[in-house]
Amino acid sequence: MFEIFASFEVALGLIKGADPELARIVLLSLHLSLLAAIAGAAIGLPLGALIAVGSFPGRRALIVLLNALLGLPSVVVGLVVYLLLSRAGPLGSFGILFTPAAIVVAQTVLVVPIVAALARQTTEDAWNEYREQLTSLGVSRMRAVPTVLWDTRFSLLTVVMAGFGRAASEVGAVMVVGGNIDGVTRVMTTAIALETSKGDLPLALALGVILIGVVLAINAGAYGIREWSARHHG
Amino acid sequence: MAEPAPVMLEARDVSVVLGGVRALDGLSLTLEAGLRTVVLGPNGAGKSVLLRTLHGLIAPTTGTVSWHRPVRQAMVFQRPVMLRRSALANVRYALAVSGLPEPERTTLASSALARVGLADIAYRPARVLSGGEQQRLALARAWALRPGILFLDEPTASLDPGATAEIERVISSIAAEGTRIVMTTHNLGQARRLADEIVFIHAGRVSERTAADRFFDQPASDEARLFLQGELPWK
Repeated sequence: MFEIFASFEVALGLIKGADPELARIVLLSLHLSLLAAIAGAAIGLPLGALIAVGSFPGRRALIVLLNALLGLPSVVVGLVVYLLLSRAGPLGSFGILFTPAAIVVAQTVLVVPIVAALARQTTEDAWNEYREQLTSLGVSRMRAVPTVLWDTRFSLLTVVMAGFGRAASEVGAVMVVGGNIDGVTRVMTTAIALETSKGDLPLALALGVILIGVVLAINAGAYGIREWSARHHG
Repeated sequence: MAEPAPVMLEARDVSVVLGGVRALDGLSLTLEAGLRTVVLGPNGAGKSVLLRTLHGLIAPTTGTVSWHRPVRQAMVFQRPVMLRRSALANVRYALAVSGLPEPERTTLASSALARVGLADIAYRPARVLSGGEQQRLALARAWALRPGILFLDEPTASLDPGATAEIERVISSIAAEGTRIVMTTHNLGQARRLADEIVFIHAGRVSERTAADRFFDQPASDEARLFLQGELPWK
């Protein structure tokens, strides 16, 4: 018990002192997770809305698949991305294995199903409400996709934040494709895993505190925006 | 009815089966231009389904709905559906979908809002407006499209008398500009005030079609007579 408190004190010291190594890891982590969230949103939001609004054969199967992908074992994702990006793999020529780009790719693969599945649910609720009215106005299904996305924009912000949280808290896939290389691909989660195994609990704990803080702050922000929008836009 | 107006729309032997229920049962109806038709009938008679089928939201299971010339249509629903944007932007959206180019959109949308008395709240988010305001906005949105025919499905069903009077005033102005009106209501006073003719439907068929000034005193069908006496068993 005493050890935890001692570690906590050192951790706070590291955070307050803006320890350069700590700062570098945190910034890299946020940077990569943000890119993955943006890429995941760019793919997942339209995908979710298309499935919600669309009417095509295999739609139900696609929804089941999407929901199943939510539980995708991240280490397996890491392995598949590793195989794709490795020298002998189909995307090996890019030479991005063990670089931050590889981490973003793996994170994006994990973020897309979350964003798409949640966006599908959100936009489908809107579509059920709007369907008759939009059809009456002569809106095609394709035209309805951007309409329902824009109309649920505040809820979708929370969805994208969930994607960001997934990316930021990912360990397994990031470890496999990034390699946890000091100063290059070491992010918060892989650093925590490493420092804990080395016994440097204060640094691990400091990173843990920051990680939780970031995720909390982002979700609080998204919640606040939703509340505001409910009051002002109905 | 001095001279026969040109036929606008013809429904022939239309049946609609929804979820195993026969909502319309071999219904035939011809609508001429220029009138205000109110569709009456007990709950479950098929009034809403009839409007949706004529408007093209529901495909007939059998039978045909044919337009004799291309007519721009619009529909106002019992519960107005507004997009999460300003009142003005909701009208602009409908105009954009209809293919109207940008500079005219805002002008036309603003004038439509002014005509339903919503100019002051053009920039308010549409979904936080009151029920009456939202329904007037729905009318403005439909009006801005300059429809040849406007379907209204119980447009005042959930509104108070003041808001109802406002809506009726707007419907009258739209009709006065030559838009064909086809509406349903449960409010017989409203039917009296707005209708040129009454189409009474019962069990998915047209029981009678009578000029409004005659219908309320001398309905032709037994179903309508019972309905007016409040004796028709409501399903």
